Amino acid sequence: MDNSAMDIDVLRIVCSVVLVAAFVFANATVMGYLERKLAGRFQRRLGPMEVGWHGILQMPVDGIKLLAKRMVVPQQAEGLVFRLAPVISLSPVLLPLIAIPFSPALQVVDMPAGLIFVLAIEAFGTIGVFLAGWSANNKYAMIGAMRSVAQNIAYEIPILLVALAVALKAGSFSLAEIVLSQAALWFVALQPFGFLIYLVAGLSECNRAPFDLPEAESELTAGYLTEYSGIGFSLFMIAEYTHMFTICCLATVLFLGGWHGPALPWPAYSSAIWFFMKAYGLMFVMVWVRWTFPRVRYDQLMKFAWKYLIPFALVNLLITALVVCI
Amino acid sequence: MTISAAESPHYRMHLNLGPQHPSTHGVLHLELEMYGEYVLGIETVLGYGHRMHEKTAERRPWQAFFANTPRIDYACGLPHGHCYALLLEEALQIEVPERALSLRIVSSELNRIASHLLWVGAFLLDLGAFTPILYCFDDREQAVDILEHMTGSRLTHPYMCAGGVTGDIDEETVLKIRAFIRRMRSRFSIYERLVTNNVIFVMRTRGIGVITPELARAYGATGPVLRASGVACDIRTVAPYGGYGRYTFDVPLGASGDCLDRYRVRMAEIRQSLAIIEQALDRLPGGPVRAAVPRKIAPPPGEYSSSVEGARGHVTYWAVSDGSEIPYRLKIRSACMGNLSLLPELCRGMLLADLIATLGSLDLVIPEIDR
Repeated sequence: MDNSAMDIDVLRIVCSVVLVAAFVFANATVMGYLERKLAGRFQRRLGPMEVGWHGILQMPVDGIKLLAKRMVVPQQAEGLVFRLAPVISLSPVLLPLIAIPFSPALQVVDMPAGLIFVLAIEAFGTIGVFLAGWSANNKYAMIGAMRSVAQNIAYEIPILLVALAVALKAGSFSLAEIVLSQAALWFVALQPFGFLIYLVAGLSECNRAPFDLPEAESELTAGYLTEYSGIGFSLFMIAEYTHMFTICCLATVLFLGGWHGPALPWPAYSSAIWFFMKAYGLMFVMVWVRWTFPRVRYDQLMKFAWKYLIPFALVNLLITALVVCI
Repeated sequence: MTISAAESPHYRMHLNLGPQHPSTHGVLHLELEMYGEYVLGIETVLGYGHRMHEKTAERRPWQAFFANTPRIDYACGLPHGHCYALLLEEALQIEVPERALSLRIVSSELNRIASHLLWVGAFLLDLGAFTPILYCFDDREQAVDILEHMTGSRLTHPYMCAGGVTGDIDEETVLKIRAFIRRMRSRFSIYERLVTNNVIFVMRTRGIGVITPELARAYGATGPVLRASGVACDIRTVAPYGGYGRYTFDVPLGASGDCLDRYRVRMAEIRQSLAIIEQALDRLPGGPVRAAVPRKIAPPPGEYSSSVEGARGHVTYWAVSDGSEIPYRLKIRSACMGNLSLLPELCRGMLLADLIATLGSLDLVIPEIDR
């Protein structure tokens, strides 16, 4: 590789990293605001109204407040692990963004096994949650951590199985290829059950209500977050919203035809609009579900995964394989 | 789960639930013996909200205790005032005007509705649903507004007094109450869709925390908790007081005594309360709202007692007079203590989440136990 090509590569990497990091914080801000506004709508109230026009500055202000607060590390906690856990929890949900094709040109790297990469990295998020719960040395936090691990093991499998069915259909593990193969027909039409299974398992993956058992504030006060404050807490919040976003991005790539949509000028970049609309539409559904349903019980959650989701996902995979064979 | 697997103390965990915990509704402290997510045993620790109400009564004139009555059970205070008023009226042989009887029933039932709505919201919050409580508070707000108009206060209503009530209502208030009844009836379909037919809600409550009629009797459970087990025990019909005998209403009963039944019974009770209020307004008699009662009262020496049906169950006041202007002794028996003592019996081998659901379904106001 000659010098100029390497310069461009380095520039590209730096730009991507900066953009991804900036986007993650922007997404958390926007999603946090939207969630609070939408929750207000669902609950017949206004949501944030005071800071800025219709409370639009509420989240940045909250963020600054959390940054300015001291992060209290309890005496009995494992200090190092306790401080590291938010970072460990944020990075795995951040990394998959480099493999997501937002539009034909807006993709940091198109890996041949992008799908596997994204799913594998995302599964690491649990480790952060587990370390947080474990190191806090608080019983509520520990129960939350245990729940989180069991839940993620159970719900990782159906996600993998339905993603595998899509990969079979597309004939590739590359996310860009998967999107390209949906030019004529989105996979949601061919894999409706797969899509539903993915959505349910995805909700559980990012610990959102009604599967927010690791947090379960009416049972465990705040679960693994119990002892966190200040920047540690806000990093977990950012991780949660980013996780939601990556889950929805993957759903868009796998089932909703990625960037495909009515033609726009400069499609190489502008078609990302369709991608974001689909992803944020799914996130709206997630918010809607959260503010409507009570929380399921721990054993019901497990039963649901192992007795229904995984068998159905397996059957889905089997049928897809047969269809592809024929 | 096999409890035997958890016999070894090595695997057990001691967990303090409360007194600061989102789901203990006040300051209840539960000491749990856990095996993973399962609750093996439970010990309730009370007394964090002790306010010496009974002792206060022994230091003040008889009438002064009316100020305490709504503060004992702050979610449904009027029945407490009603009960104490009945006690004094029995002791002093006071004839209460008809209009006052009706107003007492109207305000008590409005208070019951407000209390049940608060419970529905808090219960759903315990189950992890955030939205219903705001709908409940929206409705409760209407009831509380009317009560504020009637009694002058939004929570601790100083309304009941010996010989009647402290204030009359005008035609405008009657219209407001009627509007509330109409509105509330139209709201049941919302709760039906949001809560009653919610599949996760049913999953979380059906068959959870089953109280058999025998168990309920053994622990002295009263109110909706007892009626959800199928025991038709409501003081308003069993031993009608304050004119309740003249109203027609059903006593909603449950079949299996689980959390879902307790929810259903309370929702049905809201409907019945609306019917009672409507009947009371339809035949609201005229006349004074308070009998002439001397400022200083001294019941003849003896023991007096009275019982009413509060939102949580039986409220019983028992007083001893030595003929002076100050009670010699006042003893209050309220519902929550009996209902709470069921919990250790119910929770053995239960999941933590079910414990919270069961605790919520009992509708406890902890300071009412501590007093």
